Amino acid sequence: MKILKNINNIGKYFRKGGNISRIFYKFSRNPLSVVGLILFCIIVLCAIFAQYLAPYPESAGAYVNFEEAKQPPSYKHFCGTDVLGRDILSRILFGTRYSLIMGIFVLLLIAPIGVTLGLIAGYFKGSWLEIIIMRVTDIFVSIPTLILALAICALLTPNLQNALLAISFSWWPWYTRLVYGLTSSLKEEYFVKLAEVSGANIAHILFREILPNFSGTILTKMTLDMGWVILTAANLSFVGLGIQPPTPDLGNMVADGALYLPELWWVAIFPALSIVLIVLSLNLLGDGISDIFGVERI
Amino acid sequence: MSKPLLEIKNLSIWFESFEGPLKVLDGVNMIVLPGEKVGLIGEMGCGKTTTMKAIAGILPVPPTIIRSGSILYQGEDLMKMNKKKSRQIRKKELSMIFQDPMSALNPVFTIGTQLHDIIKINEKKKGFIKGKSIQLLKEVLLPDPARILKNYPIQLSGGMRQRICIAMALINKGQILLADEPDTSLDVTIKEQIMKLLRELVGKYNKSIVLVSHALGTIKSLTDRVYVMYAGSMVEMASTQALFANPLHPYSKGLLEATPRLTGKGIGDGINGRIPEYVSPPNGCRFHPRCKEVMDVCRREKPSFFNVSKDHGVACFLFKNSRN
Repeated sequence: MKILKNINNIGKYFRKGGNISRIFYKFSRNPLSVVGLILFCIIVLCAIFAQYLAPYPESAGAYVNFEEAKQPPSYKHFCGTDVLGRDILSRILFGTRYSLIMGIFVLLLIAPIGVTLGLIAGYFKGSWLEIIIMRVTDIFVSIPTLILALAICALLTPNLQNALLAISFSWWPWYTRLVYGLTSSLKEEYFVKLAEVSGANIAHILFREILPNFSGTILTKMTLDMGWVILTAANLSFVGLGIQPPTPDLGNMVADGALYLPELWWVAIFPALSIVLIVLSLNLLGDGISDIFGVERI
Repeated sequence: MSKPLLEIKNLSIWFESFEGPLKVLDGVNMIVLPGEKVGLIGEMGCGKTTTMKAIAGILPVPPTIIRSGSILYQGEDLMKMNKKKSRQIRKKELSMIFQDPMSALNPVFTIGTQLHDIIKINEKKKGFIKGKSIQLLKEVLLPDPARILKNYPIQLSGGMRQRICIAMALINKGQILLADEPDTSLDVTIKEQIMKLLRELVGKYNKSIVLVSHALGTIKSLTDRVYVMYAGSMVEMASTQALFANPLHPYSKGLLEATPRLTGKGIGDGINGRIPEYVSPPNGCRFHPRCKEVMDVCRREKPSFFNVSKDHGVACFLFKNSRN
């Protein structure tokens, strides 16, 4: 707790000053979000420099070393080795990389699409455009995300790209619905009407007048969602519909390890813990971002 | 009489609702001459803002049903021409000041950015935009324009925001300014200043103005001609002086009586009752349930406009015989 208090004090030094330090001050009022930020930075750095950080980089590929198999955690192998003698720590570092790629790319793909559709549906509320977009959205939302992603994955060849597509396909409606609600409440505001009277075109009204009003909400949702996307991706590979072995992925590592529980506990527990850490750090970070923008919890 | 700049003919607008259509505007007729200052008064909920929004073309389309009527700008019907062309005309000729200065500015941009945007939309040329924004803010008598350009709307007071809205409306070189209750959210001292400012600026740029206001004093000091509106139609039209001196329609009488006067005779009786429900408005004259001088014919027929004198018309059967 003392450490947390010190982190909180760091924020106070930033209280006076320009925009960036003010943002950081707001962010750091909740020490847990600073913990989340630091954790997330460490995870990202680990993922980027996995080649150099991993003690046994060759473990990430198709590699077998039966002499070292089933080693419990030790100085030589911090997280032990699996049944094929691959170093778990090295595989986790590489697996984190794929998890983050999944999380980032899914959100980069769906956020613009979902937000644009939501803006259009909200702005043209009552027209056929709204009816089409929102009813399609309702259909997607009515099916649980994981089930839909599983179904799509099962239809396609299981690999990274298809898992990414499947999750994106089942995730965009949430953005459409969020933005639709916000837009339809905002479009009767006078500044939007003023833009209409001034003769601004639709793109200007949607993306310059309306959208910036809830960029904070969207950014918060993206950060919080990234954790859930990573978790969903891990779920997919756990049942064998995501990234295929021998490529290390946290989900399929847990699946492999689950066969040897409870004797070889380290094979499943360490990848599972790293999933927990990633999701936790993103959630804490999301809370901090929502503090910056003063967004209510969504 | 010169050619009217803006003419509204028999405009009827309904809104969809769950209880059935709300018959809000019921045959509005209105004329605005070039350079003329026209006032529009009436109780709240009688369709003043709806009329203004219809002129500006910003009524949200799905609940709005335009039943009949036309809005002519210099003889061209804005309702009948295609959307793109009517938007071009409105963009060029119209500017509007809204009721609520608190929500008329986008909270996430600085004043400078917003002025910059509107100037850019209105004038295609680049450069001098910052200079022009500063000049505009000086024109509406705002202190320290350079600082205000960097401020966000939340940092400014209501009066300052209203001035900025007026400045924005003045960017447009068009001929019509629609001012929809520009004085509602201002306190008395600021109201006086802003109205004075508006009067000076409108005179300077030679614009026609349609001013909606509840403050009869504002209307009296600022306008040339007044329309009195009740429950979706015009009940009286007169030059400002004639109306305030000699209101004819029972509704106008009641409305003017309800204003406190400095002579100290107290406030008159005003008008009993309230605006009718728009789902099933009364037949005939919509004012008859509240009218003290109601006749049988009022319950059956809707009165048309009778001209009492050259610049004074009234929609009431009491004056049927004075038609000329």
